[in-house]
Parts: sequence; structure tokens; C-alpha cells
Amino acid sequence: MTDTLLMKVEGLTKRFPGVLALDDVNLDIARGEVHAICGENGAGKSTLIKMLTGAYRPDEGTIAFEGEVCPALSPRKAMDIGIACIYQELNLIPHLSVAENIFLGREIFRSKAFDILDRKTMNTKAAELLADLDLHIRPEARLGTLGVGHQQMVEICRAVWADAKLIIMDEPTSSLSEKEAKDLFRIIARVKSRGVSVLFISHRLDEVRANCDRVTIMRDGKSVSTFAMKDSSIDDIIQLMVGRNIQNKYPKEVANRGDVILDVQGLTRKGVVNNVSFQLHAGEVLGFAGLVGAGRTETMRLVTGADPSDAGKIKVFGKDTTIRSPEDSIKAGIAFLTESRKEQGLVLIQSVEFNATLVKLGDFSKFGVLSLGRARDEAMKVVNGLRLKAAGLATPVGKLSGGNQQKVVIAKWLMSKAKIFIFDEPTRGIDVGAKVEVYRLINELVAKGAGVIIVCSEMEEVMGMADRILVMHEGRITGELSREEATQEKIMYAASGMEIRPAKAG
Amino acid sequence: MANTTQQPPENAGVTTAAIESTGPEPKGLAIPGRKQLVGDKLYQLGVLLSLVILCVIMSFLSPRFLTLDNLTNVAAQAAVSAIISIGMFLAILTAGIDLSVGSVLALSAMMMGIASDRWGFGPYTSIAICLGTGAGLGLINGLLLTKLRLPHPFISTLGMQKMARGIALVVTAAAPISMFPDQVQYLGSASVGGMPVSFLLVGVLYIGMWLFLTRTSTGRHIYAVGGNKEAARLSGIKVDRILNLVYTISGLTAALAGLVLAGRVNAVYPLAGLDYETDAIAAVIIGGASFFGGVGSIGNTIIGVLLIAVLRNGLNLLNVDSAYQTFAIGAVIVIAVAIDVLRQNVLKSGR
Repeated sequence: MTDTLLMKVEGLTKRFPGVLALDDVNLDIARGEVHAICGENGAGKSTLIKMLTGAYRPDEGTIAFEGEVCPALSPRKAMDIGIACIYQELNLIPHLSVAENIFLGREIFRSKAFDILDRKTMNTKAAELLADLDLHIRPEARLGTLGVGHQQMVEICRAVWADAKLIIMDEPTSSLSEKEAKDLFRIIARVKSRGVSVLFISHRLDEVRANCDRVTIMRDGKSVSTFAMKDSSIDDIIQLMVGRNIQNKYPKEVANRGDVILDVQGLTRKGVVNNVSFQLHAGEVLGFAGLVGAGRTETMRLVTGADPSDAGKIKVFGKDTTIRSPEDSIKAGIAFLTESRKEQGLVLIQSVEFNATLVKLGDFSKFGVLSLGRARDEAMKVVNGLRLKAAGLATPVGKLSGGNQQKVVIAKWLMSKAKIFIFDEPTRGIDVGAKVEVYRLINELVAKGAGVIIVCSEMEEVMGMADRILVMHEGRITGELSREEATQEKIMYAASGMEIRPAKAG
Repeated sequence: MANTTQQPPENAGVTTAAIESTGPEPKGLAIPGRKQLVGDKLYQLGVLLSLVILCVIMSFLSPRFLTLDNLTNVAAQAAVSAIISIGMFLAILTAGIDLSVGSVLALSAMMMGIASDRWGFGPYTSIAICLGTGAGLGLINGLLLTKLRLPHPFISTLGMQKMARGIALVVTAAAPISMFPDQVQYLGSASVGGMPVSFLLVGVLYIGMWLFLTRTSTGRHIYAVGGNKEAARLSGIKVDRILNLVYTISGLTAALAGLVLAGRVNAVYPLAGLDYETDAIAAVIIGGASFFGGVGSIGNTIIGVLLIAVLRNGLNLLNVDSAYQTFAIGAVIVIAVAIDVLRQNVLKSGR
């Protein structure tokens, strides 16, 4: 480990309307260091990366690179001074060869004036570079024919060729197999030995522990602590990540638990959801915790027929039910309140009434002719029940606040007369007051005997509202916790891929 | 492409009517819920106002504009375009397009001609064959989109445009067929109480379509699919079925327009309806529908149709070269779409 400083970040602060995304973040990276950043969802990791790559401007604080303060970092500038970033979605062109991708934008010309490329030199250089990093890839191979792992390594080569001094990797191993991940760390070690630093963001704590020199923990937009990996354990990291700041802001009421109303067995979609089984009882709020990308939303999409599943059985109210499309799931009495209201939940240009009545429009028509008055009356009843503060039923939902939009989505599904409600990130992007109303509504639903599944990335929220918590990691259920036994540490453990099963076992 | 507005020799036998009677549409048939969009309302008023202003200007520039004969002629031409525009409106409402309407019109009419002339079918059977051909071709357009998953209806209907035109030329070796029984000519040439039947037909179709779109669940589902396909699907709407229906209706209205055209000129010919899709698209967009889908009212489409018909007629009366006419229509389309984009941006930033 070298002790020369490459990058120093001081007092970095970023505000978005209503949110303090980064709050006085400090970070220093040494040359040739592999530095990890760990934190929960929403701790500010991605915002930090966006600042370091110049995508966002900081409101306060400085970023110094090689001793020089960079006040106006832009994506182009960041690249020029040697900061490269490898995102989860790779930025390569599948139709071009490996060499062409490596040299993309920094081509070697035979004649610059006539724009003639020197393919031969590029291929030889690429071959050298690949060999140097111990990669067995042909430079002439078409990129699209390579696996994801190899493509990622090509991207690393590209960064190295561009003379990057710092390579930022955002969840690089999330889409890799174990072997590919191993290869990646071998390459990272190589890159490191050339004096290049790596800033590594990962949810897999064991990986971080094994391959990084130091770690900076982020929580609630702050950098909480930085320490050398060899002095610490995974437990230490988790402790710092979750902190201890749960207040009782959840108006949870436990309802009577009834029979199993939804029984999912062996639900699988290749590469996304792997053999997921769970049961939901009437009167129960079942929470799905886990890190972003753990397969929770995907699981719910399979349950509700939004995506086709490869295997699995679903029983609704004790009856075997085939769910191939959203219609099937609606008929079975399942409501799916999607994570992105604007993209998947609402027709923004249409009115509150139009959206609220969308699912069960057929109920208001005789021989295909709508009874507009009846639909309006019903919608009015439900909307009033939700204390929806909109100008009226005719207001386009695109003009409403996030909280009110969510209420329209809820109204839509209440009108569908569902008995099973799946809320995906029910309170994302809505203000505190509206959140509490959503929680109350969930209480009301289970009190009336409905079953509710909530998928939330905020651990506090899951712990505050769920009667039982299932934790997912990479498409599998890795933990099941009752309301009483759940702690943030345990959830974090399971969310990082370590199994937790209750003693009783299910 | 030659653009001499492939008008066949006008059958001047059509009778009296004033331009007012071509607009039996109640104004401002906005679907419920969009009333708040003041900007949209202003735009619609603006289009109506443009039509009125255009008519006033034309009547000053050309003494022949405000004659019964001329207005009847405008309306008769507008009838064909108005009927095609119904299907086009639905396609654009679902964020799609139907480029095949002109060719579908021609092939449907040719099939009717062949059925009546060569196969000796009665008039009603021939009419049924005409409409069936149109609906069938439309359904194929829909299936190409929903089953074969072609990326955008632009592609599938462009293919259909060429294929249908090709077949229309082949079936009679490019020769026209004429002399139809009265029943076939009825829609295009008859009049009731001094009012051409084609006007009445347009009125009935527009009111019917308006009721369908606003008073039936299927109609609302069309708006939902156009406004947000994924939200519609997750709300249990059979999106594919809706799209198939939309393109089938578009084929059907194109065939119906073919029937009217055939009746008006008492002939069918394989190059009928050439370029008609352009006018229909322009009419729908000028009428305030959005290429982004989900927005628009059928009541305003008719205003767009009339605007274009008056513009074409006026330029004809003023002896403006057809090349300039083509230019003028193109400019109107660009302006209308530019306004559409502006409106969308305003809508988005309003959120």
C-alpha cells in the first residue's frame, strides 16, 4: 500500500429539493488503493459517484485530484484528468470488436486528416494490453459474443488505455457469476499493481472484506467512518451502516392473522428470481427487504403475471391459480401497485376518475356501454375515502403531487375489489404526511382481512410496518424474520447474502 | 412522387348543400378529464378559428369560393378524407400510425369492382366484400404489430401500403372498373332532402365514434393504451386486442371511404387514394391529437379535415400551382407537429 494521496474529497454536500442527499462527505483515496464504499440503499453512494464523475455539481465542498482542486468537474473533464467509471450497465458497443471498443473515442489513426484508422496497430496494442492484464480475449472478437464478465474487463482495459488513475466501479459483481467475480478481482489486483486506484461499490460485504484495502461507510448522506479492512469484521461494517436511529414513526397496528391466502412455491425466472417460495396470510403485512436489485420487484412481477415465469406454482385462497397475465392476477383478486407510478401505474394525461376506474371499467358497463354517472359516483366515494386532495375527479393525474398520485393508484386498486395488495415501494417520492396516510391505509386493509405485501428498500419502513419480513439477495430468499426478532443487523446480514433462517424453520 | 392530387374527373351530379352542413359535429367534444387543460382548449379553439379565418380570406380572394357548387365539392372531397381520418385518429391515439389507408382504400374498392363486375355478385354482397377486405387488411396490420412484434406500425403499415397497392394494380392489370349498380353508388352520390348522403354518413360515423370512445369501456381502454401502454397492461387491459381492433377499424374506415369514392366517381381504379394517408395524418394532428398517443378528440379531427380541404380547394381556385399546394400542406403539417411537441413540453414541465 502506498501512501501518496490521489484524491481528497472534503465537506461534499448536495441538496435536492426536500432532500439532503450528501451531507459533509469526506473521502480520501491513495494511489494504488482499492477503496470500498458501503452503505444502505439511499445512503448517498450513487450521488457521491455522480459528483466524482462530474455528473452532478456539489453545493458545498471540494474534490481535489492529484493535489489540484477541481471546482468545475464535468464528465468530460473527469475523464481527461483520469477518472473512469464503470457502471452496472456497460457502456460498450456490442457490434464492434474488442479492440475497437477499447479504443473507442481514442482511436489510433493511420491518417488523421482522412480519418483512416490504423486497425493493425490498434489490434496489436489491444492484444498487449489484454495480455498485460492477463486476459485471454482476442482483440478481434466481436464484443457481443463475450460474456458479461469479459465485457466488463474490456471496459476496464478501456479505462486503463485512457490512462485512468482512478477507476470507479458501481456494483461490478452484481451480474457476475462467482468465477467471473474472482477473475474480476484478479484483474483489479493487476490494475492496482500498475498504480491505478479503484473505488469499489458493492453490496457483497464478504467480497469487499476480501478484496479491498480500506472502506468508507456511508449512512444518511454522511461519511460515517473510514478504516482499514484488516482491522475490521463484517459485523463492524454492518453496525456502522445501519446505525441506530429508529424512531417510532410507524402507526403499526397488528391485525388478526387468518388463513393463508397466497401461497407461492418455487417461483423462478432464469437469472432473476431463483426458486422463491412464501406464504401470505389474511390480515398480515409481509415485508420484502433486500438491497436494490435483489429480485424483489421481479418476484412480484412474476406473481402478478407482469412477466412470464419459468417455473413455480401459485395458490390463491387455497386454489391452484394459473397467472399468465395481469388480467389473470386481477381476476384472482391480486392488486399490484408498482414501484414507478408514472411509468407503470398511471395514465398521466388522463383524469383522476379515468385512472381510478381503469381496472374495473367493465363493472360499470352494460352491453359494453358505460354508465358514466355510476363510475363517477363510485370513484368519488373511494377518492373521498382516501382524503385525496385533488382539484376534482376531472384533474389530470399528471398535475398531482407524488402522494396524491399514489392515492389515485391505491383508489384504482381499491375499486378492483382485490383481497391481496402488493405494494412496491409504497412511499417512494411522497412526503412524510402522505406516508403516514399510506401506512394507515395498510392498517385498514389488513384489519378488514386483506393480505398486504410491501416491498421496501428502507429498512426502517419494513421493520416498522411488516408483521413478518423476508429478505432477498440475488433472486433468492436468504432470511425470514418475525417482527419481534428483526433487527437492522440481521436484515443487512441476509441482504448481503448470508442465510438467516428462524429456528422453527419453514 | 407525382402529386397532382389524384382526383378522378368530378362527378358534378352532387347536389346542394352549404358548407355549414358538413360540420354536424358538436364542437369541443373533449373527453372528460381533459377539461382542465386550458392550453389544449385554446389550441382547439385556435384550430377552429384558423378554419373560419381561412374561409373568410378565401371568400374575399375568390368569388367562386362561397358558391354552392364549390362548397358542395369541398364537402364531397372532405367526406372521403374525413372517413379515412377516423381510422387514422385511432391509430395515432394509440401512439401508432396507419400508412396503408390509401392503398387499403384502393384494394377494397377494386375487390368490390371485381366482385360486382366479373364475379357477378349482387350489390350488397359486393359492398360486404369491399368492407371485409378493408377490415381484413387492417387486422393483418394489427397482427403484424402485436403478433409478429414489428417494432413500430410505421413499418408494418408501410409494408401493407406497398403490398396492397401492388395487388390492387395486379388484380385488373391496372385497368379501372366502372358502371356500378345504384346501391353501390348510393353512399357516394345520392342525396336525401338536398343533403348528400356522404355528409350524413360522416356525421353519423363521427358521432358514433365519439360515443364509442367516451361511453364504452373499450373506447376508454383505447385512450389508456395510448396514454400509457404498460400501465394499461398492468391494469388488466388486453393491449394486443385493443391494438388489433384499432387497426381493423382503420382498415374498415378506409374501405368505407373507398365505397364512397367509388360511388362518387362511379368507378374504381387501382391508383385511387394515392397519398391520402398524408392528408389524414395532417388532419388528425392539426385536430390536436398527439403523436405521443393518448391525447385527442375525434370531434377536432373533423375540423382538421375541413381545414385541409378548404386549403386545397382555395389554392385550386386561386390557380396556385400544385407544387405550391403540396408545399403548403407540408408546411401546415410541420407547424401542427411543432405545436404538438411544444404542448407536450408544457405538459411535462407543468408537473
